[in-house]
Amino acid sequence: MWVLLKGGHVIDPAQGIDKAADVLIRDGRIAEIGKIDVQSLNSDPGEVYDIAGKVVTPGLIDVHVHLREPGEEHKETIATGAAAAAAGGFTSILAMPNTKTAPDNRAVVEYVLSQGKRTPINVLACCAMTKGMEGKEMAELGDMFDAGAVAVSDDGYPVQNALVMRRVMEYASMLGIPALVHCEDKLLSADGIMNEGITSTIVGLRGIPAAAEVSMVERNIMLGELTGCHVHIQHVSCAGSVDAMRRAKARGLKVTCETCPQYFTLTDEALVDYDTNTKVNPPLRTSADVEAVKAGLADGTIDIIATDHAPHSAEDKEVEMTIASFGMVGLETALPLVITKLVNEGTLTLSQAIEKLTIAPAKLLGLNAGTLTEGAPADITILDPGAEVIVDSSSFKSMGRNTPFNGWKLKGAVAATIVGGTFAYGQLSPVGEKCEVLSR
Amino acid sequence: MNKLDRKDILGLQDMTQSEIQLILDTAISMKEILNRPVKKVPTLRGKTVCTLFYEPSTRTRTSFEVAAKTLSADVSSIAAATSAIVKGESFKDTLLTLQAMGVDLFIIRHQSGGAPHFAARTVKSHVINAGDGMHEHPTQGLLDMLTMLEEKGRLDGLVVTVVGDILHSRVARSNLWGLTKMGATVRLAGPKTLLPPEVDKLPVEVYSNIDEAIEGADIVNVLRIQLERMNSGFFPSVREYAKLFGINKERLRRAKPDVTLMHPGPMNRGVEITPDVADGEFSVITDQVTNGVAVRMALLYLLLGGGSNVGTA
Repeated sequence: MWVLLKGGHVIDPAQGIDKAADVLIRDGRIAEIGKIDVQSLNSDPGEVYDIAGKVVTPGLIDVHVHLREPGEEHKETIATGAAAAAAGGFTSILAMPNTKTAPDNRAVVEYVLSQGKRTPINVLACCAMTKGMEGKEMAELGDMFDAGAVAVSDDGYPVQNALVMRRVMEYASMLGIPALVHCEDKLLSADGIMNEGITSTIVGLRGIPAAAEVSMVERNIMLGELTGCHVHIQHVSCAGSVDAMRRAKARGLKVTCETCPQYFTLTDEALVDYDTNTKVNPPLRTSADVEAVKAGLADGTIDIIATDHAPHSAEDKEVEMTIASFGMVGLETALPLVITKLVNEGTLTLSQAIEKLTIAPAKLLGLNAGTLTEGAPADITILDPGAEVIVDSSSFKSMGRNTPFNGWKLKGAVAATIVGGTFAYGQLSPVGEKCEVLSR
Repeated sequence: MNKLDRKDILGLQDMTQSEIQLILDTAISMKEILNRPVKKVPTLRGKTVCTLFYEPSTRTRTSFEVAAKTLSADVSSIAAATSAIVKGESFKDTLLTLQAMGVDLFIIRHQSGGAPHFAARTVKSHVINAGDGMHEHPTQGLLDMLTMLEEKGRLDGLVVTVVGDILHSRVARSNLWGLTKMGATVRLAGPKTLLPPEVDKLPVEVYSNIDEAIEGADIVNVLRIQLERMNSGFFPSVREYAKLFGINKERLRRAKPDVTLMHPGPMNRGVEITPDVADGEFSVITDQVTNGVAVRMALLYLLLGGGSNVGTA
């Protein structure tokens, strides 16, 4: 059984490929990239898809997704989150551990992975650092690693105690998995709601100073250096964090970081209308921070683009700002925001952007993915970078409708998402007819 | 301008000079009603006004109730502590329920900045912000301006010093937006811990030395130091606060000889203000309270009364 994607433009940053080429998939794996003659394949049964005008990339990988299951299935389930991921072009996603029953033990990690196997994409598990995510006692990291967890994180409940974090990092280093850290000094951010600055002063909402993030970025970099652990800084939002990362990398430390579309697209001025969908943690910062994040993406300081997809139900968001939950959904808007805000506005080439969405996250998690190398699993995303997309939250596959981008006109559509050689999203027409997406 | 062309009063930041002028002019004619022996006009007969307060309040709430009743509106008052809110009813459901009962205008006080904006989006009824978190308290800003106007005959060119907990103060924010639009100079003064972040980017002068802030001021508006701030580390002690930032007779001498002293209440006598100053010759604190009723009558009239002339009502 083979599938031939014919006439597209292939971008595979891991191999330095950025050219017109056909892609042959055989038995769920990448068989060949190049000029492929259909006649040569006709001895076996197979399918040919004409994807002229489209771009073929390795399947996108999101290292920062909240799937809410187990515990808050009214917000999202692993199934709906995976469907949203597929619609957004993602073939692998890493489930953050801050679920209401946290993966702080083997059973929950196995549950997440087994639910993930029922979806059409690869759902990976990230285990909690501490028991109950309380930041006090280290969880059974070794046993959870054994069960298949590929990373450890304190996202949502950042570990404040440096000694606890040190020990977690020592364990993560021993196991050879990265520590994904949410950097926030909770005593300093206190009960803040938005970025601290002139805008928080005007709208009268409590501020979270950038220093609450940067000081913890610095601490975690130092603890990484102390322990030899691969420290990955999650959702970098401000200039100070970009600067700290740049200095750490210049010193040759084993550190990586990610940012999310909201941090290169929106500023804290988005909060002047008190739209709870703009309440995220870390908060939207200033235009100077947005520029710094873009500069960090451009010069390679920021390795990865993730979503921090954080679905919430209406009753968590149709409330007062002070009690609204933090977070916005991101899986189904990430790619168009990357193309519109980073590629079309000149911060990154399409190939550089794809690198931060594929091979860079694959390397972080040690996955055999993120590239179209011969023999690799055929996880593929087919894009139409020039197609206009109007964000319509009511049509999201995610149960979460909490996006500030509803109604935005963007460029860059996902035509199809293929996982292990099988279509997880989109349906291309057979060869001979014009390629089109039938369902979206 | 004789008509307020807006559904809601959410803050003074987005209000124009002519809108503020209209409200102040209308409030002056409302004050005449308050001086009559029979304080009642039928202007808003058949209109229903609801005060929905998520925070404790004596003067603002009573002031709105008196204003609405003077104009013959029906008033219902809901306090979070004694309503279905304690049963867990959301703000949204509370609003929709009350709107379904025919409330024409909501007067909302809430601990969350932006709650009145949320209400204004949620209901078709009018919304007046009676204080939202640390954001704005527009009716206080308006009554302060009315009081200053009565005392000085003008707002343009006045130097107004606002002293105290600027960080948490919605009164300070409404003062600064309103007064600067009307041509006054606003000075904000308080300990650094109680000044808002990047406050110097606002069109104000910022001081942490109280004597410098008062120098030559026409108006000194003293803000309340909230009890909960005293125990949360914003300043070392009440004693030291009173010494460094409290308004006393001696300090007030630095202002203009005819200085007007204001306080939005409730006062902590002996903390932010000494009793002799609070009750002294420069104080207009009780006039502020009366003007509060007049300003709120003006807003209710302008939002609900349409174009009819109050004088003949």
